[in-house]
Amino acid sequence: MTKKQIIGKIILYIVLILLAIGMLVPFAWMISASLKAEKDVFAFPIQWIPTNPKWSNYVKIWKKVPLLIGFRNTIVITVVATALQVITSSFAAYAFAKLTFKGRDTIFLCYVMTIAIPWQVYMVPQFIMIKNMGLTDSLVGLILMQSFTATGVFLMRQFYIGIPNELLEAARIDGLSEYGIWAKIMLPLSKAAVATLIIQGFVFEWNDFMGPLIYLSSSNKKTVQLMLRMFNTQYSSNYALIMAAATVSLIPVFVLFIFLQRYFVQGIAAAGIKG
Amino acid sequence: MSDTSAKAAAAAAPKKKGSLQRHRTLIAYSFLLPNLIGFMVFTFVPIAFSLVLSLCDWGAGNTGIKFVGLDNFIQMFTQDKSFWISLKNTLYYTVVTVPVTLFIALLLAILVNKPIKGRTFFRSVFFFPYVASLVAVAVVWMALFNPDKGPINSILMALGIANPPRWAASQTWAMPTIIGLTVWKGMGYYMIVYLAGLQGVNPELYEAAALDGANKWQQFLHVTWPCITPTTFFNLMMLIVATFKSYDIMYITTQGGPGEATKVLAYHIYNSAFVSGKFGYASAVAMVLFVIVACVTLIQFRVEKRFTDYL
Repeated sequence: MTKKQIIGKIILYIVLILLAIGMLVPFAWMISASLKAEKDVFAFPIQWIPTNPKWSNYVKIWKKVPLLIGFRNTIVITVVATALQVITSSFAAYAFAKLTFKGRDTIFLCYVMTIAIPWQVYMVPQFIMIKNMGLTDSLVGLILMQSFTATGVFLMRQFYIGIPNELLEAARIDGLSEYGIWAKIMLPLSKAAVATLIIQGFVFEWNDFMGPLIYLSSSNKKTVQLMLRMFNTQYSSNYALIMAAATVSLIPVFVLFIFLQRYFVQGIAAAGIKG
Repeated sequence: MSDTSAKAAAAAAPKKKGSLQRHRTLIAYSFLLPNLIGFMVFTFVPIAFSLVLSLCDWGAGNTGIKFVGLDNFIQMFTQDKSFWISLKNTLYYTVVTVPVTLFIALLLAILVNKPIKGRTFFRSVFFFPYVASLVAVAVVWMALFNPDKGPINSILMALGIANPPRWAASQTWAMPTIIGLTVWKGMGYYMIVYLAGLQGVNPELYEAAALDGANKWQQFLHVTWPCITPTTFFNLMMLIVATFKSYDIMYITTQGGPGEATKVLAYHIYNSAFVSGKFGYASAVAMVLFVIVACVTLIQFRVEKRFTDYL
């Protein structure tokens, strides 16, 4: 390496480290503030590591707001909606990719057209319809509204099209039913797509704010994100507790991110290359 | 006798084929229906319904739904000041957020594409805010930018700035504060897309350019940039749609305020429907959003077709 290259590399590292600090500072401040007494939160100059960490903040938050119920509701919504989405999308995608039936292309066109339409465009009539079904202020309504997305079907179909037909023909000759083919061939071969779909579903459901805000009103139905918002409005002067609640709400996604980052990235990169 | 049995077999064959076909169709529908029913009821019908609703007068209080033609649109374009303000704010938000995000995302992608130690770590750090919950990061962001006691203003004051901006509480600075949060949170996503684009560039092109004596900047200008144009275009379109439909970030941080400084189009839809209870009118505003997004998507379709022809 020449001297110039070494200097270039050092500059590169300095720039990257500065940028990384810029990205991480808000999180560091959040954790630091969550361990302080309220009067020290905004003390200046900033004391990054509290001398007397107040772990009790993390005990208090569960009593101030029914955060545990929020977690329960969010977990129910996330698990059920993601499972429904993965199962029904991969089912429908198999029909679209590998079976022939009347109206297939027309129906698929309906799916594709809606991908480009933002939820904000139809959230009002959707709410009215679900309200008339008596499903507002219930987890069921929210789950049903979010479980049947066109993007899920589209993603799985793209993946299934790449699986060779000869494989399915051979299985049919061996006497496997279409359901058997779906369960024993398509699903195992599409693990990567399923993983992407699960992760995207999980992150979306966990972080979703506007959906629950519009649909859920009683406090025992609220999700983690709504509870966090409640904290922010009801205890607006108690930043230490708000930061503790924010930290707790970020942990599940953070853990998932650390272990399954590959799948987060793969899905996005694939979408970009295709586009 | 052999004659009749042959005829019977010939007659049975198409019938059997027909029932087999029907059987296959039934199986196909059994795969399709669980999703199709949900999709039709909860997505497709609401979309169609929103078109109808935009031509109707329907409030949360009264029970009747009344066809009023284009009245909602006329009212929106001629009388509703809030609509024009929110359209203007949406444009402001989009026009600043999109290029800034694109620029930083590309810069980050180039940096973390270099063969250095710890680049996976840096990628993760830049990407994480994208998956973090908006409510949580917005709460932190608002505390950091708290105009009276937040650390940002404490630092600015320590640096000798006597009257630092009042950020989300000021008419002028509220939108830039929100744009900052949007860029910070979202750029990791576009960085990943750019990274995939950069990795698709043929390395031989760089070697050829280097042989011709091109320096790093010239290599970027004449090799990297043209090669990743489709990626830039994809990111651009995604960003435009994302910024046009966004309103959760304004709801969480400023509630559209102060005044109407950060009220955007989608927020106006939400407000008209769920605060003022004017469902028909809200759907008319939604149609404007729909038309804008549809135009963006159509341009994307046409141009991308050209890209794929070209490639």
